[in-house]
Amino acid sequence: MHSFSQRFFANPRVALSLLWLSFVVLLAIAAPIIAPGSPFAIVAKPFAPPLGDFLFGTDSLGRDLMAGLVHGARTSLLIAILATLAAVAFGTLVGAIAGFYGGFVDDILMRITEFFQTIPAFIFAIVLVAILAPSGTSLVIAIATVSWPPIARVVRGEVLTIKAREFVQAAIVAGQRDMAILFGQVLPNALSPLIVTGSLLVANAILIESALSFLGLGAPNLMSWGFQIGAGRAFLRDAWWLVTVPGIAILLTVLSINLAGEGLNDALNPRLRDL
Amino acid sequence: MSDAVLTIDNLTVSLPAWADRPHAVNGVSLQVMRKEILCVVGESGSGKSVMAKAILRLLPEPHVRVAGGRVIYEGQDLLALSADGIRVIRGGRIAMIFQEPMVALNPLMTVGRQTDEIIEVHTKLRPAERRKRIVEVFGDVRLPEPERMLASYPHELSGGQRQRVMIAMALALEPALIIADEPTTALDVTTQAQILKLLKELQAKHGTAIMFITHDFGVVAEIADRVAVMRQGVLVEHGRGKDILRHPQHDYTRALIAAVPSLVPRHTLRDARSGAPSLLSVSGLEKTFAGRGGAFSLGAQRVRAVAGVSLEVQKGRSLALVGESGSGKSTLARCIVGLERADKGAIRLEGTDIAGLSRAKLRPYRKALQMVFQDPFASLNPRWRVGDIIAQGPVVAGTPRKTALGEARELLRLVGLDPKAADRYPHEFSGGQRQRIGIARALAVKPKLIIADEPVSALDVSVQKQVLDLLDELRTTFDLSMLFITHDLRVAAHVCEEIAVMKDGAIVEQGSTAAIFARPQHAYTQALLASVPGRDWQTCT
Amino acid sequence: MGGGRLLRYVIRRLLQAIPVVLGVVVLNFLLLQLAPGDAATVLAGEAGGAPLEYIQQLRQRFGLDQPVLVQLALYIKNILVLDLGYSFRNASPVLPLILARLWPTLLLMGTTLLLSVAGGVLLGLLAAVWVRTWKDHVISFAAIIAYAMPLFWIGLMLILAFSIKLGWLPTSGMEDAAAFYEGWERVVDIAKHLVLPSITLALFYMALYARLMRATMLEQHGLDYVTTARAKGLTERQITVRHMVRNALLPVVTVAGVQIGGLLGGSVVVESVFAWPGLGQLAFQALFARDLNLLLGIFFISSCLVVAVNIVIDIVYLVLDPRIRVG
Repeated sequence: MHSFSQRFFANPRVALSLLWLSFVVLLAIAAPIIAPGSPFAIVAKPFAPPLGDFLFGTDSLGRDLMAGLVHGARTSLLIAILATLAAVAFGTLVGAIAGFYGGFVDDILMRITEFFQTIPAFIFAIVLVAILAPSGTSLVIAIATVSWPPIARVVRGEVLTIKAREFVQAAIVAGQRDMAILFGQVLPNALSPLIVTGSLLVANAILIESALSFLGLGAPNLMSWGFQIGAGRAFLRDAWWLVTVPGIAILLTVLSINLAGEGLNDALNPRLRDL
Repeated sequence: MSDAVLTIDNLTVSLPAWADRPHAVNGVSLQVMRKEILCVVGESGSGKSVMAKAILRLLPEPHVRVAGGRVIYEGQDLLALSADGIRVIRGGRIAMIFQEPMVALNPLMTVGRQTDEIIEVHTKLRPAERRKRIVEVFGDVRLPEPERMLASYPHELSGGQRQRVMIAMALALEPALIIADEPTTALDVTTQAQILKLLKELQAKHGTAIMFITHDFGVVAEIADRVAVMRQGVLVEHGRGKDILRHPQHDYTRALIAAVPSLVPRHTLRDARSGAPSLLSVSGLEKTFAGRGGAFSLGAQRVRAVAGVSLEVQKGRSLALVGESGSGKSTLARCIVGLERADKGAIRLEGTDIAGLSRAKLRPYRKALQMVFQDPFASLNPRWRVGDIIAQGPVVAGTPRKTALGEARELLRLVGLDPKAADRYPHEFSGGQRQRIGIARALAVKPKLIIADEPVSALDVSVQKQVLDLLDELRTTFDLSMLFITHDLRVAAHVCEEIAVMKDGAIVEQGSTAAIFARPQHAYTQALLASVPGRDWQTCT
Repeated sequence: MGGGRLLRYVIRRLLQAIPVVLGVVVLNFLLLQLAPGDAATVLAGEAGGAPLEYIQQLRQRFGLDQPVLVQLALYIKNILVLDLGYSFRNASPVLPLILARLWPTLLLMGTTLLLSVAGGVLLGLLAAVWVRTWKDHVISFAAIIAYAMPLFWIGLMLILAFSIKLGWLPTSGMEDAAAFYEGWERVVDIAKHLVLPSITLALFYMALYARLMRATMLEQHGLDYVTTARAKGLTERQITVRHMVRNALLPVVTVAGVQIGGLLGGSVVVESVFAWPGLGQLAFQALFARDLNLLLGIFFISSCLVVAVNIVIDIVYLVLDPRIRVG
């Protein structure tokens, strides 16, 4: 039996995904060096085709598409990761309390979770951003608000199963306090599904962020991939690259996160790898 | 002998590379004769179930696959047949019954339709004729109201009824051989007795040969004409049932049979100790659960799990609480250790009523009262070192961690493990070793009373005996009293001098084990005792 | 299954829906409180243009001089009589504006739901049957790609390919308004317009269901009841069709129910890409006009829609799974 890291990194899909993700992260970090100045700056004539003076050409106002992509990577990743962290923290709290205490508390918390899963999340996010006024912060709040229910459900389910295991009962019989049991015995055993769900949530957050930006609800001073597509859609007929290139960036990034998340799941649960 | 229905010749089944050994079954040769019940006995990992599945080529290929040998039925090698050829045999000529009827039946299809299928694929009978046949076999296996049963779904039947359906399916086409893979293991002892009786009757009536896979020598004694003993994929010994049970030749068989706890109560009450003070006294205890309806049913049914139970454990004594699944014995135990809060009644520990105390208020009493759990794989936190697991109780009670860890090593030695085990993780240990760790954990706070909830039911019989002997030994060393919950009367007789029989949340009979075994008063106790498989075999030895 | 069982179940589910609908109303109210300025200015459309008397009138109607709880009670009362307020931008009450856009959205949603569930189940089933062959790899690869594409981008790419380059299908709208088709011709025209938006919206969910169906089908393979069926002498095809498919469908139906809200959210994006005259496009327009009242109305009505579709899906589940107790 191989170790976790062997199983994880030896998977060619995972290796390729991680390669692309490292590349995107690198671009995002180095954005001010690669493309100094504002990505909104007009640098050339509009609609310069790709592979000319600018790798991916310029858009309808003469902005460098490449500069936008690099800064967009920064925006997308930052917002997605912050929103996911917030959603994971809140979802874990709700799920852990619901699963651990059960009964009435569980009923109430799960009704609320179900409620947030039932309402059309994306429309809710739109309303939320519209009311809070578009900004990076409101994007993070909106995405986190619609993303936490799956985390809460996963954590609750795990806590319920682990709580029923006898080692938790043994801890109760030993006289351990509730919080010590929850944090010392239960949650560490729920970590691997939490990590997998959380990683898939980042991909989802990128998709939501890009859709909101596409609809014009993105942060007005932050360049983003969804915004680029939204700005380019009117010129689909004549300047196809304005829409195609940022879309491929989103596709590859989301795809890589999904594949890495799946790889993580397979590596953490080796028995499933033969299916 | 030409009377063989099935001949297994040098069968070898290989396991995937990551398994702990290369072969599940290694060169087994065996014959099943006409009109006989052949019992294949073995502990877990003996390869008995794999062998049974290999006959009808039901192995989870490609990971587990036949590597060599032949299985001859009516002159043809089943292992060499085409896919269509083996399908004719499956269900038609050789039928199979599985261990857990709840999962062996499709939950979304009526049992009538599931039985109908087997007739449909093997015969050209019309629906009406098939239906007639199903009603007939349902009657044969004593299912009540066969006509109505047809339209039932598996979840609407009891465990015993589901297994009867499986047997009816197996019998539907009067096959030459039925392979039954632990068909009574998941059932209660009284249901098991009924199913065993039924199988014997049907076998006598139809003359079908049965290959019966089991781990239980009691069952073997009950039904076997011939016995084959397997160990680690190898056939150790086979012969006539009576011979093997009475005069086993091989050391392994001998050890296995010796490990089966005897039904004869070992402890007898000495009069001198009968006036011992009461350590635990439970009176009028009640616990009702609101039925968990979930989102789909609003009308919650209430289940009275414990309905007014009174019992007493005296200092230095050991009381067995015996009952079938659903009798409420585990709930009672959980109430006593404070995992559940009783609705009514008193639990007096050395005179103090601890019923209804909150977890915080119960903490001072934890030292006196500890628990040993059933499942050795679920009862130890996989992320903790064994030392920390054992030291957990003392550390919570305020002992410095270093001292507690030192004591843990000493306890490991006492339960027969290497003190170095303290630095390792639970997954490095076998089931029996883990149960020893669980016992060490319970002993760590030096309790006066140990509540053991089915502590050996997940273990193989030879390991079971070692753990029971250990418990017995520790009782004297630590001057322990014990409340021992079990479904197994043999184990109860082996461990406890007193016994309480529980049914539907109430105790129907209570007294010294010897007295109750000799003269059971209550009808249920009588039925329970009569149901112990292989009862006569043991009293003779 | 008796009709009585079904009826009781439907009534119970309707009762369970009440707290959800009330929850949405309260959520709407909270969102209004969150907005800068008081509710009256928000509802009048904060970009201005509403006469002062109207804002005064709104203040009175919502009891803005009263405690918050009274405001909430008034708000709930208004919504329960389906008074969703007035859209100053559109010079019309909100409710008829929404109702006029309901059926295009229902058409898009229904088509997408059928397409994604049927297509996903079929593809997942085939992938499971062909497991570890090149056909399985193709389906699984396509699914994981479709699962990672942003909806609006799929839409734009499909327009680029099938409308702009190939000229097969219309780029936008629900019908050719200038052609004045009637009867069957109109149906065909709408169907043509429906193809790209519904495929756009369905691809993601089809991928989701295909992956789920494949996984659950493979999971079934190891289960005991499948071994029983094999031991009875059934062929692999019989085992798959009679036993495994129905069992594997259950999780797909469950997930389809959970995803209804997502589907409706996705339709906002798709409708805005294809100018499909449904609720989503209305929401998009309301967003740009900063017409919050209309936006909140759409959120309320679409939540009700999700609850209703969920009840239908639960009934399908009830029919599929005899284990669910009703009484």
